[in-house]
Amino acid sequence: MAARGIASKVRGGGVPLATFLPGDGIGPEIAKAVRQVFEVASVPLQWEEHHFSPEVIDPSTSSMVTREALDSLLRNGLGLKGPMATPIGKGHRSLNLTLRKELGLYANIRPCFSIPGYKTKYDNVNLVTIRENTEGEYSGLEHEVVPGVVESLKVITEKASRRVAEYAFRYAKENNRSKVTAVHKANIMKKADGLFLECCRAIAEKNPEIEFEEKIIDNCCMQLVKDPSQFDVLVMPNLYGDIVSDLCAGLVGGLGVTPSLNVGDGGIALAEAVHGTAPDIAGKDLANPTALLLSSVMLLRHMELGTHADKIEKALLGTIAEGKYLTGDLGGKSTTRDFTNAVCSKI
Amino acid sequence: MMLSRLGRICSSLSRQGLVSRALLSTSTYVHRPGEGSVKRVTLLPGDGIGPEVTQCVERVVDVMKVPIVWEKFNSISGADADGHPVEALPEELLASLRRNKVCIKGTLFAPLYKENTNTQSLNVLLRKELDLYVNLVHAFSIPEVQTRHEDIDIVIVRENTEGEYSGLEHEVVPGVVESLKVITEKNSRRIAEYAFEYALMNNRKKVTAVHKANIMKLGDGQFLSVCRETAAKFPTIEFEEMIVDATCMRLVSNPQDFDVMVTPNLYGNLIANLAAGLAGGAGIVPGVNLGSEGIAVFEQGARHVARSLQGKNLANPTAMLLSSAMLFRHLQWPSMADRLETAIMKVLQDPALHTTDIDGSATTSMYMDAIVKEL
Repeated sequence: MAARGIASKVRGGGVPLATFLPGDGIGPEIAKAVRQVFEVASVPLQWEEHHFSPEVIDPSTSSMVTREALDSLLRNGLGLKGPMATPIGKGHRSLNLTLRKELGLYANIRPCFSIPGYKTKYDNVNLVTIRENTEGEYSGLEHEVVPGVVESLKVITEKASRRVAEYAFRYAKENNRSKVTAVHKANIMKKADGLFLECCRAIAEKNPEIEFEEKIIDNCCMQLVKDPSQFDVLVMPNLYGDIVSDLCAGLVGGLGVTPSLNVGDGGIALAEAVHGTAPDIAGKDLANPTALLLSSVMLLRHMELGTHADKIEKALLGTIAEGKYLTGDLGGKSTTRDFTNAVCSKI
Repeated sequence: MMLSRLGRICSSLSRQGLVSRALLSTSTYVHRPGEGSVKRVTLLPGDGIGPEVTQCVERVVDVMKVPIVWEKFNSISGADADGHPVEALPEELLASLRRNKVCIKGTLFAPLYKENTNTQSLNVLLRKELDLYVNLVHAFSIPEVQTRHEDIDIVIVRENTEGEYSGLEHEVVPGVVESLKVITEKNSRRIAEYAFEYALMNNRKKVTAVHKANIMKLGDGQFLSVCRETAAKFPTIEFEEMIVDATCMRLVSNPQDFDVMVTPNLYGNLIANLAAGLAGGAGIVPGVNLGSEGIAVFEQGARHVARSLQGKNLANPTAMLLSSAMLFRHLQWPSMADRLETAIMKVLQDPALHTTDIDGSATTSMYMDAIVKEL
């Protein structure tokens, strides 16, 4: 993905600045691992770290996200986020919702590929799910018509559908992908998913070099578990995207090894590890930094730092494939430190 | 349905050459006078591979001398000559279904078409008109059918009339569409009760409610709270709640963790297809639609029309045949059901008789000839 249309904002010495939100639980440890790897790889990037906690709600954002963190992200246009605990109770916006709305993040991209050295029942997966992240079933518009009867509104707009479709095709082109599959249920939700599908078709026509196909969501799910190798890039409205991206993560080994990137208008990008904070192993040097590392690689590619991205990815995948230093969740006994050092040694 | 256990018994018994005799001599069903009389069953072959696989059912019924008389509706299709969705249910079909109460249904097209969204696919119309509010799909591993996972035995009980399939959509202003998802307490309760009753009747240990109540707080929230209330009435059955995306992730890595699942309409559709794919595909998973009027429509669990296989003698009739076995049991003919299921399990033990969808090279006729031979 190219940082198209935005300037990687440069500061003092011309090195771009990115916001780092390490998070809670194992967040700080894996953040340290990423910093270490980036240093060894000589990545031309400086980090601006921000912390917040689920106990403190910032009134200016109505959430646990601080105003400074948001301003930093908006200023830098680049961010990396670790796992975060979410506050309980009401009276504030959720973390993800806040980030999404304030930063205008409209698409969530998750590449899922089989990792050599980490065996699952599926070994030929190499796909990318691109999910529309602003509307659809997640509009939050519900009401009880009469007691016992609830209506939930699903909203699909031409604007949001076109935007995510355009991103999908651009992503495909920039990452040497050959096919985009639009996933929908337009035979049942004729107007809503029908609109989404039409927008995808219109963008497909403008990108004839990329193969375009359509798949109904139920058949898509079946095909994903029967033969995931038939898929390349998948573009979907919000709910299907949520389900399918988690489905695909399950195919390749779970959220602990799955990267994720969110993009917004103006080219803003927030990469994040989507796994939990794992409080039971926090602080014990046992955490697996793979998901955060792979997400940071996505961020580098977005910044057009492809060579650095490739270097880090190769070292990481090589470490896992070698199998000598694997963290507990990957089936080994190494510490975070040993694993990270192994990755660094391969750069 | 204890089919997978039956499968295991069959494979061990068949190795000793003792299958049919052993099963039939130890189980006797004392029927009520008149239960063995001829029943009229509606037959709806449909589109795609529908006609071929329903024909297999007819053949089996013939060979086994099951007391069924078919009321066939050969000309009904989900799409008209222009490929547009058929907009209305023929009156004769509805009358037949209401009269006979049971039906074997093949697959019907549900074409994409944006106009006239007040009408819906024939599949959906049938469900709504007859209030077939339960869609039950049984996805289970069959020994010798190669899949990545083993020991799958999942029953999905899916609400079949409301939710995202309400057909209520409108364009607010050009380029902005609203689609209504409707969840009612009444329908949530019905389906939850069916799921728990099913679990009780079939010696199932756990019911998992699948939802997205963290996002759709009112809609799915209502579904979930009704499930919880119903669970309290069945204290011997374990109850679990799972968010739909986490469910899918778990299903593809550990499908053995699931037993009975109760879901609203759309998630049920996805999960049934997922589970079917994990168990071996649309060709082997049976399903049934049941309703408040006492009507039961038996069909494939995953309703795929499989146009690419149409007319090539390649379709897999297993799903349809297993569904017919469910029909026999429903009509109080358990011995007929057992005989058919035994034959199917025996035939599927031979990979040479597997059709292409389960990685074999047998044709439909080869498979059917083997089934008939077993019967």
